[in-house]
Amino acid sequence: MTETSNPENSRAIDFATDWQYAPAPESTAHIRLEDRYGLFINGEFVPAADGGTFATANPANGEHLADVAMAGAADVDRAVQAARAAYENVWSKLPAAERGKYIFRIARMIAERAREFAVIESMDGGKPIRESRDVDIPLASAHFFYYAGWADKLDYAFPGRRPAPMGVAGQIIPWNFPLLMAAWKIAPALAAGNTVVLKPAETTPLTALKLAELIRDAGLPEGVVNIVTGDGTTGQAIVDHPGIDKIAFTGSTAVGKHIQQSLAGTDRHYTLELGGKAANIVFEDAPVDQAVEGIVNGIFFNQGHVCCAGSRLLVSEAIAPLVLDKLKERMETLIVGDPLDKNTDIGAINSRAQLDKIEHYIRLGQEEGATVYQPGTAVPDSGYFCRPTLFTDVTQSHRVVQDEIFGPVLAVQTFRTVDEAVSKANNSRYGLSGGVWTDKGSRIFRVTGALRAGVVWANTFNKFDPTSPFGGYKESGVGREGGLHGLSAYLHLAGGDAS
Amino acid sequence: MSASTGDARIDVMKTYKLYIGGKFPRTESGRYYVVNDADGKAMANASLASRKDFREAVRAARGAQAGWAGASAYLRGQILYRCAEMLAGRAAQFESELVAMGADATSASKEVADAVDLLVYYAGWCDKVTQVFSSVNPVSSSHFNFSLPEPTGVVGAIAPAEQPLLGLVAQVSPALSGGNACVALAAEERPLCAISFAEVVHSSDVPAGVLNVLTGSPAELAEHFGSHMDVNAVVYAGADPELAKAIAAAAAGNVKRVVLRSSQDDEPSPYHILDTQEIKTTWHPIER
Repeated sequence: MTETSNPENSRAIDFATDWQYAPAPESTAHIRLEDRYGLFINGEFVPAADGGTFATANPANGEHLADVAMAGAADVDRAVQAARAAYENVWSKLPAAERGKYIFRIARMIAERAREFAVIESMDGGKPIRESRDVDIPLASAHFFYYAGWADKLDYAFPGRRPAPMGVAGQIIPWNFPLLMAAWKIAPALAAGNTVVLKPAETTPLTALKLAELIRDAGLPEGVVNIVTGDGTTGQAIVDHPGIDKIAFTGSTAVGKHIQQSLAGTDRHYTLELGGKAANIVFEDAPVDQAVEGIVNGIFFNQGHVCCAGSRLLVSEAIAPLVLDKLKERMETLIVGDPLDKNTDIGAINSRAQLDKIEHYIRLGQEEGATVYQPGTAVPDSGYFCRPTLFTDVTQSHRVVQDEIFGPVLAVQTFRTVDEAVSKANNSRYGLSGGVWTDKGSRIFRVTGALRAGVVWANTFNKFDPTSPFGGYKESGVGREGGLHGLSAYLHLAGGDAS
Repeated sequence: MSASTGDARIDVMKTYKLYIGGKFPRTESGRYYVVNDADGKAMANASLASRKDFREAVRAARGAQAGWAGASAYLRGQILYRCAEMLAGRAAQFESELVAMGADATSASKEVADAVDLLVYYAGWCDKVTQVFSSVNPVSSSHFNFSLPEPTGVVGAIAPAEQPLLGLVAQVSPALSGGNACVALAAEERPLCAISFAEVVHSSDVPAGVLNVLTGSPAELAEHFGSHMDVNAVVYAGADPELAKAIAAAAAGNVKRVVLRSSQDDEPSPYHILDTQEIKTTWHPIER
């Protein structure tokens, strides 16, 4: 490190010279990966009808991991037919309690195979092993466990209604939390009595395919869960398939709008979990050290590849210099590198395309007149990596303030009054999440109440739980996932006396 | 226009205008369309609202929404109940308007009574929907976590052609009960009682802009209801599938919530309130 962010501070530790972390790589010896994966349709792995495949690689080093089948419209159709047959013949006839037991079984088996899932997740997607090990995989298992218990209790969830499954759900998930998003989609759908066709993201198919193996090993009836790998054309084939009763999508707002438009005029249901540009608001009475940790977790967790990331910092003018000093100091200590190293804080950017997008925004921010700051952190020579980055001297109209970057890039603004903070926070087309840091209870409720966002963290950030509904206001999406409220995404709620 | 005959006194006829921001303006476009009675005779000139009128109404609704949502649930309930009182007190006027627009006396009387009852029903939900549909979520970490419904914001509502009073009330009252502000488009052919209902609202302490009522053509305005970037949800209760599709497609521009209600959906229900609610989840650490 050639400079410290705050040389005046005698208590600052120069981590580059005083403190060296030895490499602590997670072993990959125990994982089992095939060279080639088919599509998981009707309980077995089959090649794509046209034999197409694509490669998936480790974004941290470019290593080829596996070839994966590229599903076309014919394959999607086959998967939908399998899901329909399983729905009509098996799943809808199964007693709800038995349905639930299958889902419990999936939850347990994920926990049993957790370490293998975690390692593959980090290899295929680039996220730090600490996060895949401690967050993604345990939460995926917990999500199945939570919804398993709902299967035979649906009548208690929606007063005055008689819930019924929708049928076949088509589910399209992103690359930032591959297994966790699969769990968010599959678990409630199955618990509600639906069968599914799920498409993992093009750059991160492997844990979904490992989940397919697990589901096969769990003895789930054939066709109840089908997993088709592919790219955007595969997703479009799912969206366009008339045999699907419900589309559940997590991904960008642009694609979400396209899906919403595609479904106009059909009677297919949809829920959309889209982008965000969350404001993390730090008031002058906030516990500053905790807030700084919250800011770091808010934007640098999972390389900032988080739809609910706290990508805007709104800090009270009164404490802005202090907070920024501490934040920069903290950023100096973040370790960017090998996702499989247990000391790594910020892993690999998921793909070349995503790194290009992030770098584009870092240039754009500077071109628009903002001041950029990056720590002197060492970054690996090969693979896709990005230093934690923050922008100051930005205004509400800057693109780095308005657009979702989906990377480790934080835009910092200041405010003087509560109303100003709320107004700036809500001045966004998004409304997925938000953060509030203050010691004053009445202010917490005032501000969390005023934020137009689906998830609000007060004196914490980026916390998730299967029991906790998640989803956006405005252009951040439609519907909720998680919790009791997430069940309604997969149920028809007929009136008490209706047929 | 009919006038009394054989009698020296001339009827005072009513000018039906729009209701925007707590005022009754004519359409900025200066356009009108003739509303006929059951016999096909012209009985009133309705304002043919324009896209610009719609925008003005959305602006009024946006300005009023936060205040309405911020009012206590108890107060919102009292105000909606007051609407029911005002409507009941003017039942004869609404019945005669409905009859003039083609309804028979029995169905007109029932429609007004049903509209009154519906307002009472949704008035009562104002301070209960949060209780019934909220949850405290037992998260595994040391946090207090709860979820509750909040209004989605500005709701555009297009009334069905049939039952021009009840149809309108059924679309707007769940949205208003939940704290949204509304821009409603009246039944095109039989719009008069919608404007009279605006007078009911106007005299019931509903803050200006919370409900705005337009008369005009769904074929012209529906797509704007779908595409306006400051509208959060659109409720379409009409019967034209092409129009429904156009609204839903345009709604994707800002990911509006799209609520398509058929006449089978007219059972009063708190789930109609939830159609225009968002679930907000809040986390806070618990010290250990």
